[in-house]
Amino acid sequence: MSDHAVSLAASHAAIRADASGPSGPKPRHMFSRRNIFLYGTLVVVALYYLLPLYVMVVTSLKGMPEIRLGNIFSPPMEITFEPWVKAWSQACTGLNCDGLSRGFWNSVRITVPSVILSIAIASVNGYALANWRFKGADTFFVILIVGAFIPYQVMIYPIVIILREIGLYGSLTGLVIVHSIFGMPILTLLFRNYFTSMPEELFRAARVDGAGFWGIYLRIMLPMSLPIFVVAIILQVTGIWNDFLFGVVYTRPDTYPMTVQLNNIVNSVQGVKEYNVNMAATILTGLVPLIVYFISGKLFVRGIAAGAVKG
Amino acid sequence: MSKSERPSQLFRNLNAKVASIPMILTAMVVFVGGTAWTVLYSFTNSKLLPRLNFVGLDQYYRLWATPRWLISIENLLIYGVISLVFSLVIGFLLAALLDQKIRFEDTFRTIFLYPFALSFIVTGLVWQWLLNPDFGVQGVVRSLGWTSFDFNPLYNSSIVIYGISIAALWQGTGLIMCLMLAGLRGIDEDIWKAARVDGIPMWKTYLFIIIPMMRPVFITTLVIIASGIVKVYDLVVAQTSGGPGIASEVPAKYVYDYMFFAQNLGQGFAASTMMLLSVMIVIVPWAYLEFGGRKRV
Repeated sequence: MSDHAVSLAASHAAIRADASGPSGPKPRHMFSRRNIFLYGTLVVVALYYLLPLYVMVVTSLKGMPEIRLGNIFSPPMEITFEPWVKAWSQACTGLNCDGLSRGFWNSVRITVPSVILSIAIASVNGYALANWRFKGADTFFVILIVGAFIPYQVMIYPIVIILREIGLYGSLTGLVIVHSIFGMPILTLLFRNYFTSMPEELFRAARVDGAGFWGIYLRIMLPMSLPIFVVAIILQVTGIWNDFLFGVVYTRPDTYPMTVQLNNIVNSVQGVKEYNVNMAATILTGLVPLIVYFISGKLFVRGIAAGAVKG
Repeated sequence: MSKSERPSQLFRNLNAKVASIPMILTAMVVFVGGTAWTVLYSFTNSKLLPRLNFVGLDQYYRLWATPRWLISIENLLIYGVISLVFSLVIGFLLAALLDQKIRFEDTFRTIFLYPFALSFIVTGLVWQWLLNPDFGVQGVVRSLGWTSFDFNPLYNSSIVIYGISIAALWQGTGLIMCLMLAGLRGIDEDIWKAARVDGIPMWKTYLFIIIPMMRPVFITTLVIIASGIVKVYDLVVAQTSGGPGIASEVPAKYVYDYMFFAQNLGQGFAASTMMLLSVMIVIVPWAYLEFGGRKRV
């Protein structure tokens, strides 16, 4: 450690001594060996990451005869949108042949209320934890955060029983509740940390002016915390849309979310495999989170960083 | 203050308590209660319906004597080691490359991270198609003239778990890269300057100075990867449905199938309790280091 400190000090001295000479970084050539290596590697890796998306799109635009003869990487000779139409409105799961559109609308009907409910609960909760702490609140909070690491499989069945008891097992409402429950740890953490970082004086001033719990939340905290709400919405929309496990456990075939229906369409054993329709269906399912991702950009990164760094 | 003027302790800060009811219910009923319930019923011989008919550790003996469970555990270990090693190495290397003050950094980052926005179902299905033996990578290379080329992980039971790992790495490394990049950006520029002045080569600076300094980032990342590994389920369902045969089964799928298809709840509960145990082995030491340590300071 002391060696390190010495070398640091020495380097500072060296930098200072150098200050009289030409300053700024050494100019580099565009095509230096370093740059070729650097950008070459990055481009190759980027191509690898893009390849599956490219293959998905290309496959979905080909007709089946062309897929059987050709190469999955070659662009379509004749572009057809028929697989997309078929995936959306005719693809079969079991006896139902009304395509992915049903799953899409189910997913919308699941995602929208789940996002609203989970964020409403968690934001108020985070606010209470940050500004209105009561005895024991932190204990519950710690349990909540630790609970986020428990494998879902451990809690699946007790929730089935609870939902069955209150008559919501198999309904979309039940699934919305489940999503709100499992979204709670990370969202509560997100909002608690955000509200804690807001200046305390603001809260005190509002208190002096006579505002109460809900007044401060609605008129001061809410308008000031728009960015964190956007992060939470991104996190929840992608997370809930992409969910498979809860969908398959807590809904029935006619209320299956899109991911479950997609899996049933593609992995169904009967009939001839229509790879182009399968890929069109796969893109359709991935489209919503992809659009959210490309629109939100840096906020998405913030969201997942927050989502990832639990605890 | 006299007692009559002061309302009972319970009603102080009432609004905050009301607002916390969902959290308290979730924490106590679902997380604590649900977990305790599952652990308790794992000692019973529940079949179609949960019954409190205790049989001791029978379910666990049966679990560890079931080939499918043993394969699941073996797969989870292989998948886990691959995920840990490769996502850390690739994630760190990509972050280090992006940290070289390059142009188009945002573009590259967007490309590396987009798979993370996709669900495991979508990921699994895309890679199922790419690894299709007739039309996928193997078929294409063979049609180019190399007819003996063999790359068919999804239909070869001895390597199927590697085929799944490829898809998982494609989906998840972007996240690790982002976390690592945030860690690298948190390192003081002066450290780099000092290392440069001392003439330490770049790779040595990374290996002996930067990485040790990023210890907290690595630990957090490790916990994230580890808790993701145990949960792996959708990817396997989409990509191979556990096949060929039972070669790519994983514990989470075992639990689901025994609870909802085999109507053998006791087995499902015992298996899920084992999953809980394996998570605890990772989380408890970490929580102790992270939170227990902080208190002492």
